Amino acid sequence: MNAILSKLSSSELLGGKKGLLGLAVLAAVIFVALPLGVDIFRLNLVGKYLTYAFVAVSLVLLWGNGGILSLGQGIFFGLGGYGMAMFMKLEASDPISTKIQTTPGIPDFMDWNQLTSIPWFWEPFKSLPLTILAILVIPALFAYIIGFAMFKRRVGGVYFAIITQAIALILSILIVGQQGLTGGVNGITDLKTMLGWDTRTDSAKYILYYVNGILLFGCILLSRYILTSKFGMLLLAMRDKEERVRFSGYDVSDFKIFIFCIAAMISAIGGAMFTLQVGFMSPSFVGIVPSIEMVIFCAVGGRISLIGAVYGTLLVNYGKTFFSETYPELWLFLMGGLFMAVVMFFPNGLAGLWDQHARKLKFMKRFYDDTPEPEKIEPTLSHIEAPVAKKEKPAKVANMKGAKA
Amino acid sequence: MSNTDFVLSIEDLTVSFDGFKAVDNLTMYIDKNELRVVIGPNGAGKTTVLDLICGKTKSTSGSIKFMNKELTKLSEHEIVREGVGRKFQTPSIYENLSVYQNLEVSYPKGRGVFGSLTFKRTAEVEAQVRKVAEEIMLTDLLDLEAALLSHGQKQWLEIGMLLMQDPELLMLDEPVAGMSAKERDQTAELLNKICNNRSVLVIEHDMEFVKKIAHKVTVLHQGKILAEGSMDKVQEDEKVIEVYLGH
Repeated sequence: MNAILSKLSSSELLGGKKGLLGLAVLAAVIFVALPLGVDIFRLNLVGKYLTYAFVAVSLVLLWGNGGILSLGQGIFFGLGGYGMAMFMKLEASDPISTKIQTTPGIPDFMDWNQLTSIPWFWEPFKSLPLTILAILVIPALFAYIIGFAMFKRRVGGVYFAIITQAIALILSILIVGQQGLTGGVNGITDLKTMLGWDTRTDSAKYILYYVNGILLFGCILLSRYILTSKFGMLLLAMRDKEERVRFSGYDVSDFKIFIFCIAAMISAIGGAMFTLQVGFMSPSFVGIVPSIEMVIFCAVGGRISLIGAVYGTLLVNYGKTFFSETYPELWLFLMGGLFMAVVMFFPNGLAGLWDQHARKLKFMKRFYDDTPEPEKIEPTLSHIEAPVAKKEKPAKVANMKGAKA
Repeated sequence: MSNTDFVLSIEDLTVSFDGFKAVDNLTMYIDKNELRVVIGPNGAGKTTVLDLICGKTKSTSGSIKFMNKELTKLSEHEIVREGVGRKFQTPSIYENLSVYQNLEVSYPKGRGVFGSLTFKRTAEVEAQVRKVAEEIMLTDLLDLEAALLSHGQKQWLEIGMLLMQDPELLMLDEPVAGMSAKERDQTAELLNKICNNRSVLVIEHDMEFVKKIAHKVTVLHQGKILAEGSMDKVQEDEKVIEVYLGH
């Protein structure tokens, strides 16, 4: 037993002792504590929040480690969600259940908009394998096109953030405007089954919740594999000194495009799981507001910690549900305030706070053996010369640890 | 242009920024194993020449050949892969990574996206990191976060990151700026050691330091070469004294 444990904890993929503990605790929370502790209605709600965690995890890769802030992850969440919704809508629109329509056998909103046949781009979504393929490939392809156009021209930083935000806005406007093709502002609703399996029953909700959790763990492990490889080190290096990486013989844009595509794919899986668990998809999950909300989830969790991002998402959404039930008008202000507070006082979010305090707890000590607390080193000349640069990146040591957390 | 034995041959190189010629019809050759120092007053175009060689700035006209291969059409990372390394004026290191990781990341394997995903820390990598760390006097600090190094050590680390790639031509932009006298001496020693199997091109202001390292000196002024030759010869040159060294 001990041998297995020590073998597991030495594995880089699991992030050493500390990373293994983090994963184990998260698994216990998601797979045991929550299903036992809350009723199915609430659990379904948690499942919905966990689909946002996919996006938060993707932002840890992209923003926390790569320094590329995308304010348009809703695009990919939406593409994934719409892919699944199109499949389920076609299944729900069989000729018998839609016989009162002018044209039976097509989705109801198409009928309302005087369409008489299914548009060509809906055709592949009749098949589940093709749908799954589309959910993974289309967002990645779209990210590749955006990434290629931006990163090869060295557009980055604020400009990249603004452009992704604009694309998110354009896409949501496009979806709203093309009601006959997309369901418009209502989105795609009344989704009931997947290959005849009713997704609205309690047992289906449990199954989907677990599938969602497993996929989330898969994405976290994939992300950790990337972050612990040389690629991950290069991401941190690029965040820090892009020029230096370029002049060390790396084509920086290729790395950025790749991580943007991976982030898109992870977000899209979340979107598809959202549709399955919630039963609809609408443009309100595509545009600017959801995209920014997801950045906040990631920031609150700690943008360098994959596991922190999951907790951040759960916490903020819990707060959102709690406060918006009690003080609906106040919630947006609270969330804005929360974001500012995190950025100003806890730049490493929940994960950073945990890392700082956990080392001081006695029972946690053994998990930190291998990573001794950094000694306080007298500031050298360069720090005095450049206090501003130093200020921008507080808690550097926590950063490095976080990348593995 | 014909092929030559030179490691680097720059011919008729011109770059103009909105009509202002920062480098004007420059011709310069660097030999194998040579350590060349470029000096000159501020705005003479020294850093611009390095920018042109490493591809950061694109030339208006002229040619830069490295081992008889034209560089002006290549992109930055391709030039590096040909064997040209460049150190920036202010130390450019990855502050969030350890000294070891800084060197490891610069190892010239796994330079593509998929290569980097499957890159393994082999004994070979380990050995190269240790060897370079020894050369740049940072062996004891391999596990330290690079942000905590002193200014001088950061400069050495960046030189070390270039040495990891074992370049044929190493270009250093003011490597001793901000260093203490002792660190300057150590750096001079380091440079004399590393130019054994490669050519080194250094930009420097500190004349004492230049005397210690230069095989040959090129004086730039307003984008043109004012004088070229041994340190002694250049120091006695009337024009050089007038525009740069002073009386």
